[in-house]
Amino acid sequence: MSEIVDAHLVVDRGGFRLDVRLRIGAGEVVALLGPNGAGKTTALRALAGLQPLSAGHVTLAGVDVDRPDRPLWTPPERRPIGVVFQDYLLFPHLNALDNVAFGPRRQGADRRAARALAARWLERVGLRAYERSRPRQLSGGQAQRVALARALAVHPKLLLLDEPLAALDARTRLDTRAALHRHLAEHDGATLLVTHDPLDALVLADRLVIIEDGRVVQEGDGATITARPRTDYVARLVGLNLYRGTGDGHSVRVGADLVLTADDTVHGDAFVAFPPAAVALHPKRPDGSPRNAWPATITGLQRHGDNLRIQLDGPVTVAADVTPAAAAHLNLAPGQEVWVAVKAAETHAYPATPH
Amino acid sequence: MTSRGIRIALAGLVVLMVLGLVAYGYGHEDDPAPGDAAGSDRVKGTVTVFAAASLTESFTRIGRDFEAANPGVRVTFSFAGSSALATQINQGAPADVFASAAPATMRTVTDAGNADGAPTTFVRNQLVIAVPKGNPKGVKGLADLTRPGVKVALCAEQVPCGAAAEKALDAAAVSLTPVTLEQDVKAALSKVRLGEVDAALVYRTDARAASSDVDGVEFPESVGAVNGYPIVVCRAAPNRAGARAFVAYVLSDSGRAVLDRAGFLGP
Amino acid sequence: MKRRRGTQRVPVGLLLPAALGLAFLVLPLAGLLIRAPWSSLPRRLTEPGVLSALWLSLRTATAATGVCLVLGVPLAWLLARVTFPGRRVVRALVTVPLVLPPVVGGVALLLVFGRRGLIGSWLDGTFGVTLPFTTTGVVFAEAFVAMPFLVIAVEGALRGADARYEEAAATLGASRWTTFTHVTLPLVAPGIAAGAVLCWARALGEFGATITFAGNFPGRTQTMPLAVYLALETDLNAAIVLSLILLTVSVAILAGLRDRWITGP
Repeated sequence: MSEIVDAHLVVDRGGFRLDVRLRIGAGEVVALLGPNGAGKTTALRALAGLQPLSAGHVTLAGVDVDRPDRPLWTPPERRPIGVVFQDYLLFPHLNALDNVAFGPRRQGADRRAARALAARWLERVGLRAYERSRPRQLSGGQAQRVALARALAVHPKLLLLDEPLAALDARTRLDTRAALHRHLAEHDGATLLVTHDPLDALVLADRLVIIEDGRVVQEGDGATITARPRTDYVARLVGLNLYRGTGDGHSVRVGADLVLTADDTVHGDAFVAFPPAAVALHPKRPDGSPRNAWPATITGLQRHGDNLRIQLDGPVTVAADVTPAAAAHLNLAPGQEVWVAVKAAETHAYPATPH
Repeated sequence: MTSRGIRIALAGLVVLMVLGLVAYGYGHEDDPAPGDAAGSDRVKGTVTVFAAASLTESFTRIGRDFEAANPGVRVTFSFAGSSALATQINQGAPADVFASAAPATMRTVTDAGNADGAPTTFVRNQLVIAVPKGNPKGVKGLADLTRPGVKVALCAEQVPCGAAAEKALDAAAVSLTPVTLEQDVKAALSKVRLGEVDAALVYRTDARAASSDVDGVEFPESVGAVNGYPIVVCRAAPNRAGARAFVAYVLSDSGRAVLDRAGFLGP
Repeated sequence: MKRRRGTQRVPVGLLLPAALGLAFLVLPLAGLLIRAPWSSLPRRLTEPGVLSALWLSLRTATAATGVCLVLGVPLAWLLARVTFPGRRVVRALVTVPLVLPPVVGGVALLLVFGRRGLIGSWLDGTFGVTLPFTTTGVVFAEAFVAMPFLVIAVEGALRGADARYEEAAATLGASRWTTFTHVTLPLVAPGIAAGAVLCWARALGEFGATITFAGNFPGRTQTMPLAVYLALETDLNAAIVLSLILLTVSVAILAGLRDRWITGP
């Protein structure tokens, strides 16, 4: 797999510093995931040339396009990129066909050839019938597909997608996500997807890069990240309870009074993670004294899919998923004292310092 | 502009309007009631004089002298083209005295019944050729103005100096194509001062007032195009006594002397 | 309790000044209409000077608007899109013709483009071209006075337009110039049109700078406002008729253009 993106993005901007290293191979889809204000869009803009670097470098397909140390900077129009913006930014004065033909025209194709190419791209995204429509006549999902066609029509080596599904309603999102997945799989260049939605990242990307406050906090494939989150943000994203503590074989001390027993063995600084579904609630201390049990107070209840998610406070805060039947049986309410029990077999422990 | 800026501007506007109203009120308090002045030879209050633009220098001077001779009196002037002033008076402007640069313009006021008595011609003015200082094109008479390369400004025929110029050119049988027909004599003169034209037909008094920049070339045909300047007290004069005193002062020897110095001819 | 349609209710605090404002603008026009000597209108229209002044006015105002578009749109773009030292000063300078009495503007133009002016003397000496007292001079004077209207309107439109469309164009390979012509201009076209209309209207009514810089000669530099002013010297009725002609023609043209834009795609 040849490398398309080799970048060290450093942007200093009024108290905020982005410092992220990124490598993306041909055909690879990388999701840049992080909370609002983490610097995801800044990173995308730096790659596109819409935001000059303060330091570091951007190399696209072996060509340096931004090196503040030289200094060297290539404007966006001369970078081999295509961008799908968050709200698509389809040119309101052009119809769908001419929006898609805009890029090929700029690359030197004559009007006929550019329109023919654009028509093929609209065909591929299933919007051939809408080629005469103005952007304001298109639905959100259609506009998203036109924007994707427009970005791909310039045959970019690097495709940049900024929250491509964020503006869509839930139903459209599902269909559009599936279509986007197909197009990204067919794209032979590199793809960087900026999103705050873990599901988009997990479905669309081969690899996730998670940034918080301008820095990479975790990187890897979806399975690793969902199984072994390294920050509270990632744990929340993937829906796990996550604690940091000190490991000693199968047991990890996570608080002054709490030692959790895990399936794995760890030594020293370690994370412990378990899903809310692995948590059982009991009205009194459970019999047979499972090792991972402690008293806690209910602080909140909310619907979570078919179940109820219960927030509890105690030696550590924890989220538990229980069925409505169980909840009714236990008569759960905020302020109520219960016992929390977690099966050791579903509790994972892993070193806090990566490899 | 910021909203704060707009607010300040609005506040300023309101203040200006209020001040304007106050000033207007004062102006009226100063005016004596019409009955007061009758029988008293001491004039007071404000005399408002509407005078042709060509009278600017000499009337300003006369106004000062008049105020010195009559303590307690203030003279305010509105100098503009005679026709504009006549229109304003006919539309009810509060003028005490009207001095026009042409009998025809005066006639629009008297015909409308806005004059108090018959106008008196107090001076006459005649045309000269205004040329830049030193007369670079060597203009000696009207005929020289037709030479190629000599750009000439005249007044438009609708204003008195234009009518006079037309009369003079007819008398000299000179057919002349000016580059511009200016809206008043001062505008024609300023084109000479700025060097945009080589000559302009203007009043002798105007040429003299601008003598630092222009020379006035006299020409014989101007005698046939002499303009009489009539002056009159307005019928609706708020300060009739003051108006009469001012007109009398203009016609007096002291007034005469100032007008002579400015280059006006006797009536 | 029954309620009238909520959105249509207008507070008295707005309605009253709005009505007064409208009256303030419309009453002088009504005055002209009431005083107009309608019977002599057809005769005045056919007087030779009138049509030539009207035609000259329309031509020069249109040409001045063209000049303002060519020079003013790039200037507005610069002010709206490029950060450079002294931008505030430049923006203030652009508005100078707005606050300058037009007659002073005319004198200022003479001092620069006049026969002895800084540039005018060079033009005269090198090419034998003089601008004062020519129709070109009229266009100069009108453009000088009307340009701020265009620049301010277009700059406002540019600031209001989403600059990210320009970024999107850049990522599709468009140079800054292509972006300007293919994206920015179409996006702010309504603003440019509005600015051009203001500019044209201002140029059409221009008096002070024109008569000072270009003088007054029938058929060459005597535009309608100049003809109106001089008619006023002798004949109020003639002036009213001329004003009404100018007014009618300009309102008809503007209304015609407006309909076209609104019904356009």
